[in-house]
Formats: sequence, structure tokens, C-alpha cells
Amino acid sequence: MHTTTSNAEVDLMDRFIAIRGCRHHFPLLRQRVNGKPLVYFDNAATSQKPQVVIDALTRYYTEENSNIHRGVHYLSEQATRAYELVRRKVQHFVNARQVQEIIFVRGTTEGINLVAYSYGRSHVAKGDEVLISAMEHHSNIVPWQILCEEKGAKLRVIPIDDRGEIILDEYERLLTPRTKIVALVHVSNVLGSINPVRQMISMAHEHGIPVLLDGAQAVPHMPVDVEELDCDFYAFSSHKMFGPTGVGILYGREPLLDAMPPYQGGGDMIKSVTFEKTIYNDLPHKFEAGTPNIGGAMGLGAAVDYIGQIGLAGVVSFEHELLKYATARVEEIDGLHIIGNAKEKAAVLSFVIDGIHPHDVGTILDDEGIAVRTGHHCAQPVMQRFGIAATTRASFAFYNTKEEIDVFIGALKKVREVLG
Amino acid sequence: MSAIRELYQQVILDHNKSPRNFHAIENATSKVEGFNPLCGDHYTVFVKMDGDVVADIGFTGSGCAISKASASVMSSIIKGKTGAEAGRIFENFHRLVRGELSPDQLGDGLSKLAAFAGVSEFPARVKCASLAWHTLQAALKGGASSVTTE
Repeated sequence: MHTTTSNAEVDLMDRFIAIRGCRHHFPLLRQRVNGKPLVYFDNAATSQKPQVVIDALTRYYTEENSNIHRGVHYLSEQATRAYELVRRKVQHFVNARQVQEIIFVRGTTEGINLVAYSYGRSHVAKGDEVLISAMEHHSNIVPWQILCEEKGAKLRVIPIDDRGEIILDEYERLLTPRTKIVALVHVSNVLGSINPVRQMISMAHEHGIPVLLDGAQAVPHMPVDVEELDCDFYAFSSHKMFGPTGVGILYGREPLLDAMPPYQGGGDMIKSVTFEKTIYNDLPHKFEAGTPNIGGAMGLGAAVDYIGQIGLAGVVSFEHELLKYATARVEEIDGLHIIGNAKEKAAVLSFVIDGIHPHDVGTILDDEGIAVRTGHHCAQPVMQRFGIAATTRASFAFYNTKEEIDVFIGALKKVREVLG
Repeated sequence: MSAIRELYQQVILDHNKSPRNFHAIENATSKVEGFNPLCGDHYTVFVKMDGDVVADIGFTGSGCAISKASASVMSSIIKGKTGAEAGRIFENFHRLVRGELSPDQLGDGLSKLAAFAGVSEFPARVKCASLAWHTLQAALKGGASSVTTE
């Protein structure tokens, strides 16, 4: 029999070979844990960092450290230039129209809080509604709950089906003249569901409702284009995309950001201050009170460059292969049920095993050198939706391998053996 | 025996599979919920007092093998003890799971607790092992209706 391989297939194989070669960029992955080679499957919690990101932090603190936007001296100018260059890199990374639409924050959580606090407080009133989905992380629930409580507004929740997909008919029904904002997770941290956000945004826009996306789990694993998505706000974290902790990005459409009141007051967000009146600074600085995480931003810039070199298009296919392989192999474990079977799914594998609590699974996997997350993943309503208290979650990144999944399957078999 | 086998020894597996006193108690003197917010473990401990003596004790809820076995062993040891005795036993247990007390230093009638000595090798699991005990303490003291391990 004769088979032919298409150019596209060869191209993909080449990309996979290149991606496999990237693992050695991550020094932490060389570690041994409990005497076994580390298998790091907790990427949805935080990703590991490549050497270039670690070097960027070291270089900044060794050679460039200075406060930004205020000194006339050489170092301050250097640091300011470098910091603003990262903003430009991020702008291109998510394809924002304008650089002032990129706001540095501490992370996704702060980005969402900024919008809930600033946009929410000026647009949501008594009797209004804020619409979220049943698969949100606590960070996209609690800020809206606080807002709704304060304003006498109502938090409405789009239901999801048993596969972990948003029920679009219900969503359509929930979009009403009372809805003032829709806040949605792009990719679920528990179920892995990739939500049909483009369609959902256009549905909301037909009603004139702006949409915020929580992109924490999307940005490291797929190309994100805010212009193409047509979203109004998009929040994500550096530390989940191979950058350092403590820095993140809020993208917001310029006219919206422009009309919004500041989130925090302080230095850098002002043009002039007297005791009578303060004139706020222009975008993006209006939302960046206080000395930011400059070093973290340098690391984020390096992470953006790094991701650009690897290419997210290849990462998508590679991680999809890992997920497919892991999904097929966990079938070998008696009594294991996958939670989250959306058709469009990122490389997140949440599961429960009959009669065995995830915490016990986690301890036994750890003993084998495997890092997974166990618990409710800061998404207790998702647990309630599926009638469970907790799951075990393996979440993959492009530096993971099928061989690691084999080790993981072997360890899951040991769980049964130990716990009977 | 490996640390993991030490942790999940037969006594613990047995109590996890067939927990003792795993039921609510009607007309309980006191009933307290205990949460471990980190992992979602959640139990309610019921005690019925006869004077200062724990005449009956039960628990409901769900959690990992360590937390459930611990609640089960606790309930069987505490039944018939006074509040003060329960406090002393908890103190022993707490020191044991933190590795401050070796199993052979446990007092008379507490040998069942020895199975939890392996927990000390797993610091992240100490909270699992002590959740029901903290909850019982709150139930015996009265006042609180829920406790967390955080």
C-alpha cells in the first residue's frame, strides 16, 4: 500500500519536532521530585518559565532597574523605554488597535476587578443585570457579585450542559435590556471548554451590551486577536503564559476606557494634583497608579517574544495531540470519568475516580513526581453544576510529552492499587 | 514500607471505606460544620452530651480518605469521653500528625491513632487529618456553627 504525506502534514511534523526541542528551555523541568523526574501537569495553575524570561528579570535588576515615567536620568529613561516597548509587544501580541488600550495590571483578577469597579460602578444601577456563565473562575464571579450587591443589581448565570458547553439558546434568552455587561471565560480552567466567544460577543453586541473576556487560560494556548473577537475588554496573566507572576494585562476598547473613571488613585495616574482638584492622566496611565511591576513587565516582554518564536499555531495542534492521547489513555483506568467533554477543548483534563477522592489521587501522583491540581480549582459553582466536590486536573503545555502522559497513566493505576 | 503505603495503611483505608458513626444525630446538643477551603473537604460533626460526657457522636459530609478515616476513628475514640478528655486526645493526635509525638508515646486506649503517624511525612495533608477534630473542638466548646482549617 502506498500512502502520500501532504506538504501540510510534513510542515506540521516539522513544527512538532521544533516544539519538542523547546523543553530544554525550561530549567525547572529538569528537576527530580521524590526521586523521580518531575512531570509538570499543573500548567493551568501557572506555567513554567523559559530561561529567556528568567534572564530578562536578572538583566533588568542587574542593569536597568530604575523607576519609570519620572526620572530625567539615563536609567529611568532606559527603563521607561523598555517598559513601554513591552506594552507595544503586548499590543501586537493580541492585535489591539492602539497601544493605549493595553493596561498593565497585576493579573487577570485585577483586570476584571478594574472593569467591575470602574466600568461597573458607572454603568450598572439598581435593577440592572450582569451576565456571567456557569463555568467562571471565582475571579470572574466575586467582583460582579460585590458590584451587584452594592448597586442592587442582579447577577445572572448562563447555564452549561453536561458536556461543559454553554447553552446558547439560554444565553440569547438572558440578553435583555437590563443586561449591562457580559463577563465570560474564554477557556474554562476546569472543563477546558473553549467557548464560542466570537459568536457570543456578536450576540451581545446586537443588544448593545459590552463583553469582557477572562483570557487567562486562552492566551498561552491559542492565538488571541481582540480585534477579530471584537471584544470590549480582555484580561490575562503573565504567569500562565511563561512570564513572571504579579503582572497581567487588561485590554479595553479606547472609547470605553476613556470614559471610565480611574480604578485607583496615586502617582503616575495624574496630570496635576492640587487639594481642590486632580486632573487625571491620559490612557493608559490613568489606570496605572503607583510604581508598577516593572521587572515583571520585562519578563512578560520576553515571554511574548518567546511565544512568538515558537508560534501558537503549532502549539495549538501539539497540545491537541497531547489531550487526545491523554483522553484515550485514561480510559484504561477503572471508574474514571472525565469532567468536561466540550467539542472545542483546550489541553485540560479534569476527572474523578469512583470512590477515590482527588486529594488522595494528588498525593499519590506527587509521590511519583507528578504535579497535578486537585480540589475545586477556584470554581466551586462548576463543581456544584456537576454534583462533585472536587476533581483532579492535569493541564498540559507544549513542553509536556506523551512519555510523561505514560508515566501519569502508570501512576493512576498505582492509585487504584494503593487505595483499593 | 514506603511513605505512601505508610500514609494509606489498612486501618485508614478500612475507615475510609466503612466509616463508623457516619450519620447525623437527631436532637444533637451541638452541630458544627467544618470546611477545608483549599480542597473542598466538608463535614458536619454532631455531638450529644450527657452532662460533661459525649454520649453520642456522628458525622456526615465528604472529603479525602485521610479526612474521612480521621473523622471515623475520632468518633469511635471520643464516644463516652468527657470534653476535657477529648481535648487531651486531640492534643495527642495533633502532635502525632505533625511529627512531634511518636506513635509509641500515645497514651492508653489511643493506639488506633497510630495509623495517622504517616501523615507527618505529608505536611499538606495535616489539615485533612485534623479537620474533623477542629470541628469537634468547636462543637464541644459551643458557639461557632462552622470552622475552617484556613
